[in-house]
Amino acid sequence: MMNIVRPGSMLSQVFSSVFHKPATRLYPYVKAEVADRFRGKLKHDRTKCNGCMLCMKDCPSNAINIVKVADKEFKAVLSLDKCIFCAQCVDSCSRDALEYTRDFELAHFDRKNLQVEI
Amino acid sequence: MGIIEIPIGPQHPALKEPASFKLYLEGERIAASNVTLGYNHRGVEKACEARTYIEDLYLIERVCGICSHSHSTCFISAVEEVAKLEVPKRAKYIRTIIGELERVHSHLLWLGVAAHEIGFDTLFMYSWRDREVVMDTLEMLSGNRVNYGINKIGGVRRDISEEQKEKALKAVDALEERTKYYIEIVNSETTLIGRLKDVGKLSYEDAMRLHAAGPTARASGVDRDVRRDDPYLVYDEIPFNVITDNHCDVLGRTIVRVKELIESYKIIRFALNNIPQGDIAVRSPRRIPAGEAFSRYEAPRGEDVHYVRGNGTDKPERVKLRAPTLANFASITYMLNGGYLADAPIVIAAIDPCFSCTDRSISIKHIDSGKENIMDWESLRQYSIDWHKNRGFNAKNIQLKVK
Amino acid sequence: MLLSLFYIVIFPGFIFLSVYGCMVEYMDRKLYARFQNRIGPPWFQPFADFIKLIGKEAIIPEKADKAMFRILPAFALASASATILYIPLWSTGALFSFKSDLIVVLYLLTIPTITFFIAGWSSTSLYSTLGSIRTLTQLFAYEVPLYMALLGPALLAGTWSISEIATFYYENPLLALCNIPGFIVAIIALQGKLERVPFDTPEAETEIVAGSFTEYSGRYLALFRMTIDIEMLVLVSLIGAIFFPVYFPGNTVLGLITYFLKTIILVFILALVRSLMARLRIEQMVKFCWKYLAPAAIFQILIDVLVKGAL
Repeated sequence: MMNIVRPGSMLSQVFSSVFHKPATRLYPYVKAEVADRFRGKLKHDRTKCNGCMLCMKDCPSNAINIVKVADKEFKAVLSLDKCIFCAQCVDSCSRDALEYTRDFELAHFDRKNLQVEI
Repeated sequence: MGIIEIPIGPQHPALKEPASFKLYLEGERIAASNVTLGYNHRGVEKACEARTYIEDLYLIERVCGICSHSHSTCFISAVEEVAKLEVPKRAKYIRTIIGELERVHSHLLWLGVAAHEIGFDTLFMYSWRDREVVMDTLEMLSGNRVNYGINKIGGVRRDISEEQKEKALKAVDALEERTKYYIEIVNSETTLIGRLKDVGKLSYEDAMRLHAAGPTARASGVDRDVRRDDPYLVYDEIPFNVITDNHCDVLGRTIVRVKELIESYKIIRFALNNIPQGDIAVRSPRRIPAGEAFSRYEAPRGEDVHYVRGNGTDKPERVKLRAPTLANFASITYMLNGGYLADAPIVIAAIDPCFSCTDRSISIKHIDSGKENIMDWESLRQYSIDWHKNRGFNAKNIQLKVK
Repeated sequence: MLLSLFYIVIFPGFIFLSVYGCMVEYMDRKLYARFQNRIGPPWFQPFADFIKLIGKEAIIPEKADKAMFRILPAFALASASATILYIPLWSTGALFSFKSDLIVVLYLLTIPTITFFIAGWSSTSLYSTLGSIRTLTQLFAYEVPLYMALLGPALLAGTWSISEIATFYYENPLLALCNIPGFIVAIIALQGKLERVPFDTPEAETEIVAGSFTEYSGRYLALFRMTIDIEMLVLVSLIGAIFFPVYFPGNTVLGLITYFLKTIILVFILALVRSLMARLRIEQMVKFCWKYLAPAAIFQILIDVLVKGAL
C-alpha cells in the first residue's frame, strides 16, 4: 500500500481522531462493565457447607477461614487483603457451597473492614 | 570531557522494572557498560517447595504479569509429564488459544513501550488502546484480565461456549485490521525508521554465540522457534510460519514482532474453528509420583524452560525456571557498547526485558562437604559434560539440528 | 505614566502574557490528547500546575551555584516577556517600535535558550549537564534556518522593523504568497526552539530524565515553565504577524479576534507536528537542519531577492 518512506505517515488517522469519541472510559462516573464470569468476591452458602475445610487447604494465600458457629453449621470469613481471586476454593469445594460474584469494588480505608463474613 | 558514568536505573523513567545499567560515556558515545540484576529476586523457587502443586500453580502464574500463562502452562506440562496424565485434546486447544491471545497482548504492549522510549507517544496510545480489545476478550474467556488462572493439573478449568467463540473471532478480525496499519507505519514513518535502523546491531554469529532467544534472535536470521522445532500442545496440527528477518537491529525486531501478530491471529482462528468436542480435564491425584520432567514453551519473549522434580508427596522437591530474558541478557552489554546514549533505552527495550521473570540465583552446593561455589559458564559446561561422561553418556554421538 | 503601567502589567504585559500563555498551553495539550484519542486536561490545568509548583519546596543541590540557580528563571522570564512590546498584535503597529526591532526581538528570544544551558550546567548533576550540552548543540542547528526564514520577508519589505513589515504586507497581500517556503521552515525550526518532539532531545524524558530542569523544583521550575509558555506565545505571534498579513487597523475588536484566530491555527499546526513524529537523536537533528532546512531558507531568500529586484 502506501509504503513510501515519508515523515508524518500517521497524518490521516491522527487528524480524524479529533472527530471521534475518545477511547477513555471515565471510570468512576461511568460504571465499568465486567464480563459474565469475572472472578470477583466470593459468596458462601451456609446450608450446603459441611466443614470439610478443603477450601482452606487449597487456598494459595490462606485467605479463607471456616469457623464453626453451631453444630453442623459453619461460617466463612474471607480476608480481602489476602485473597487473590483465583477461585480455587470454588473448584475444591465438595458441596458447591462457594461461588464467585462479579463484585470487585472492595476497597476500604480501614484494614479491619477487610475481614468480611461471606 | 573525559569519561562520565551515567546510571540508568535502578529507578529511571526508561525502565519498567528495576535493573542497574552503569554506562561510561565519552561525549554521547558509550565506551563501556556494567550491568547488574537482582533487584526483583523474590525467592519463587524456594517458595514453591513449601506449597502443594495446586497452590504452586497460582504462584508460578504470578512470576510475571505479561507471560503468566506461559509460565503456568510450562509448569503444568512438566507436572503432567511426571504424573503421566493424558490431557484431553480440547483442553490443549483451549490452552493454545489463551497462549496465543497472550502473545498478541504482549507484542502490542511491547510496541507501545518501544514507541514511548523513542518519544513517539501517538503510537504508544494507539497500540495500548487496541490492547484493551485483547484484554476484554481474555476477561470474557478466562475471568481475569491478567493472571488468567485457566490451567489446572489435568486440563483447563473453563470451557469456551459458542457465543464466546463468535465474540473472540470478531475481536481478532478487528485487531488484524489495526495490526496491518501498524505494519504500514513501521515500514513508512521516517522518524521511526531513523531511530530504529542500525541501532543495537547483533549479527547472526553474535546471536548464536551469545545464546539469544525469541524475537531477538529471529531478527538476526536465527531460525529457531520451539513451537516448530519441538512441538508441544497442538502446534504440530496447526499450520503457521516462523517469522525471521535479516535486519539484525531493532527495526528487525519490531518487524518480527508485528508480523508474528498476524501469525498469531491465524493460529487463533484455526484453533477456534477446529476445536474438537470432548472433556476439558481429567482427574488428577493430589500426590504426584516421584520423577522429574523438563518442559519448554515459546513465551512471547523467547524460550521458557521449566524443570520439576517430585518425590511422591503433594509438594514438589525442586522447581527451576529459566526465563527467556536471562538468555537475551548477555547481548545487552554487547549491543550497548559503541552506541549512543540516546539509543540505550530502546536497545534495552528491544529485547523485551522482563526482569521479574529473570531473577533467580544459581549456586551449586556439594552435598557431602556442604561447600558452596559459584561457577562461571565455561566451568559449568565442563562440569555437566564430565557428569554425563561418568555415566557413560558421550556427547559426541549426538547431532544437534540447528538451522 | 499610568498608561505605561497598564501596558507593562496588564495588556500586553505580564497578566495578558501569563493568562494567554496558559491558554495556549492548554490548547496544545488538549489537541495533543485528542489526536491520540484521549480526553486531555481541563481548561484550568496549566494554572493549577503553576499554582501548585509555587507552593512546593524548592530544593537546591549542594554543589550547585546557589545565586545562579535562583536568578536564572527570572532572567529567562524577563527577556521572553519583553519581546511582546514590539510585535504587532491587533493592528499593524506594535506598541513600541523602532528601526531594526526584528533583530532585537530575535536576540531577546535567544536569551532563554542560553539560560537553559547555564541552568543545566550550574546544576552539576549528570543528567542536567548532558541536557544542557544538547540544548546548546541544538541551538547551533535551528538558529540559522529560523533567522534566515524571518530574514526573507524582511528583505522583500525592505525594512528591519516588524511593524513596518506588517504594514508592507498588509498593503500588498499577494506578495505574502512568496513567503510560503519560509513559513514551512519557520514552523519546523520553531519545534526546535521550543524543544518539542521531534526536536525534543534536550528534554528527553526516557533518556536523561528531564535534561536541564532535572534539579529544579518549586517556584524556580514554575518560572521556567511559564517562560516556555510565553516563548511559545511570542513566537507564534511573531510568525503570525510576519507571514499572515490579515489586519484590521483602526478596529481594535476585529483586530483582536483576528489575532486570536491566527494563534489558534498556528497552535493547531504545531500540535499536529508534535503528535506525528518520533524524537530524533541529536546528530540526526543537526544533520537534518543543515541538510534540508538551511538550503530551504536560502531558497526563500533567493525568491525574495528576485521578486524585490523585479518590483
